[in-house]
Amino acid sequence: MKTLSRVTLYTLMTIMSFVFLFPLVFMVISSLKPDAQLLHDTTSLRAFIPTGSISFKNYSGVFTRIPFFTFLFNSLLVSLITVVLGLFVNSSIAFAIARMKWKGKNFVMAIILATLILPFEVIAIPLLYICAKIPSISFTGGFHLTHGIFNSYQIQILPFIANAISIFLFVQFFKTLPKDLDEAARVDGASWFLIYRKIAMPLAGPAIGTVAILTFLPMWNSYLWPVMTIQDERYRPIMIGLQYFYTNFQTSWGQIMAYLSLLTIPVVILFLSMQRFFVTSIATSGVKG
Amino acid sequence: MNPKRRLSLAVVFATVGLIVPAAGVAQAAPAAITMWTHNGGNAAELADVNLTVKDFNASQSKYKVIVKAFPQASYNDAVAAAAASNNLPCIVDSDAPNIPAWVYAGYLSPLTLPASLTKPFVPAVKGIINGKLYSIGTYNAAVGLFTTKTILAELGLRTPTIANPWTLAEFNDAMSKAKASGKFDYALELGNNNTGEWWPYFYSPFLQSFGGDLINRAGYKTAEGSLNGKAAVAWGNWWQGLFANGLSPKNETADQHNNGFVTGKFAFAWDGAWDGPNFLKKYGTDLAILPPPNLGTHPVIGGGSWEWAITRTCSSSAGANAWLAYAIQTKYLIKFANDLGNMPVTPAAAAASPFFGPGKPFAPLQDFSAQLVTLRPPTPAYPILAKVFENAARAIKDGGDVQNTLDGAVDTINTVLKSNNFYKTKK
Repeated sequence: MKTLSRVTLYTLMTIMSFVFLFPLVFMVISSLKPDAQLLHDTTSLRAFIPTGSISFKNYSGVFTRIPFFTFLFNSLLVSLITVVLGLFVNSSIAFAIARMKWKGKNFVMAIILATLILPFEVIAIPLLYICAKIPSISFTGGFHLTHGIFNSYQIQILPFIANAISIFLFVQFFKTLPKDLDEAARVDGASWFLIYRKIAMPLAGPAIGTVAILTFLPMWNSYLWPVMTIQDERYRPIMIGLQYFYTNFQTSWGQIMAYLSLLTIPVVILFLSMQRFFVTSIATSGVKG
Repeated sequence: MNPKRRLSLAVVFATVGLIVPAAGVAQAAPAAITMWTHNGGNAAELADVNLTVKDFNASQSKYKVIVKAFPQASYNDAVAAAAASNNLPCIVDSDAPNIPAWVYAGYLSPLTLPASLTKPFVPAVKGIINGKLYSIGTYNAAVGLFTTKTILAELGLRTPTIANPWTLAEFNDAMSKAKASGKFDYALELGNNNTGEWWPYFYSPFLQSFGGDLINRAGYKTAEGSLNGKAAVAWGNWWQGLFANGLSPKNETADQHNNGFVTGKFAFAWDGAWDGPNFLKKYGTDLAILPPPNLGTHPVIGGGSWEWAITRTCSSSAGANAWLAYAIQTKYLIKFANDLGNMPVTPAAAAASPFFGPGKPFAPLQDFSAQLVTLRPPTPAYPILAKVFENAARAIKDGGDVQNTLDGAVDTINTVLKSNNFYKTKK
């Protein structure tokens, strides 16, 4: 009976694996085919088989068409810096709310959670206006003060460091830590920052993993904000690059598949490397991703 | 901070601040003119744009044009965002039907090109609003009904001309015969897998041929009667029938669009000039390019393509106009047409084209463009008209009730017109 249920379980898991893997297999296999064959094969199972005229021409086409490594570097830089700063800022806020005693912290938490109601599209234009007016330093044409931070890494990072979901996750996690830990540390003369740094954060592995992934993915997939604020190709992220393959009534499907294959790799690596934290955190916090 | 150290830092900053600009002035750097174009990822067209810029920059020392290319799919959003933050560049390109909306929104200023330069250009590539020229295109596009002489002969169909195009009955008969012959998967390739501007550009001429339109052009204040009147409903029923009767695939695939006609799976293709070279390569002299049918009032195709304009906030308007005057020289117009498979926009450029001009393979398309064009409605409301028309045409294609769908489209358009005070010019 036990063997039978195990066989059933593994059969179901295998089927589910195929269901989830099919799009990825289709993408990678299609990236090796010329456009005409790729489109023709979509009507049959050949779409999942590397048959016919197979080559890496689409990949070379991607590198010829766009500055792929510039876009990749920009996205990695922006995503990673946002993740690192976001982890520090959001966990600090959450620690203050969850562990420290001060008046109005529940109100502050309610305000933070209330911001989740607003989709990004609602604040995009006001944010754009602020970013156009914010003072900045320029070295073009001599050192001088100017305004606006368009066409920079800062504009892609700063608005996305503080994040309500991340704060919420950290608050939920910090609330599960025994209060005795703080009290013992306080008795020994530890400052709140030392408690945060030496006690709370080392125990927050699952929350850190989840927040890192939940911050990284939207930054990696960032599209609307860079469209609005980045006019200089040197600062464009990887998702804008995808649009380069759709020109006037012509679409290069093979190159799109090659491009998607290339930019899926870092995400898969990140997820696999942090999968343990992610699953643990979902199990403990009940967050559904 | 140590007061001495603070003082030295202040001196350093002040010195850098003073010396660096002074060095720049000493060299009398040319005024920078930023240009945005939708050609990111479109290597051939971007190369031609870059060539005009490179040559212009080398030809004088007063101005330096700097090109920033955007992928087409995100270009309009980028321009709208830049306008919202007062960050527009000097030179922009725009799809022709969007020019009135950009003028209304205050993005653009009239061009100051000499009339002698712009006079030879075909009207379809000139964005004239309230008598002022706001934009000009370096190439044009046209649509035609592609088939082969062999197919026409085998199906026993007469060859239509501009003077004597197929009537609605003849067109329907041709499609039915193609389908009934059993030689083709479908009679007509329409490219309905495409989205956005494709729909009004390719399919609203059918509506106009029936006698309808996207909006009543007398005042541009309502779509009532134009988009839901008798003629429009007749168009809707005919349009729906193309798919319901299996003459054209309801949900065309990219493969059918790209390869359907050249692989002989479709008898006819309603397609653009840019696909002409591909068809010519396959069928050679057997290729036949037919005019649009007269579905009720007159045969119609759309016109206009991407055009150059200069923004209202441009601080070097004279320089921007100087570049544009430079870029519309015949030698560049020839390149824009020949390198991209587009239609030349002046007689001189046409004479140098291997495809267009009298006796050349795609001469019929040029004739259609000269004689059968109805431009998409030149109103600031056009982006809304285009979107509403696409939604309505899709719904009808998919089997929606024609009258209800068109009435709904009219209500949407009229509501938008009213809420924008009928796009009266801002004082």
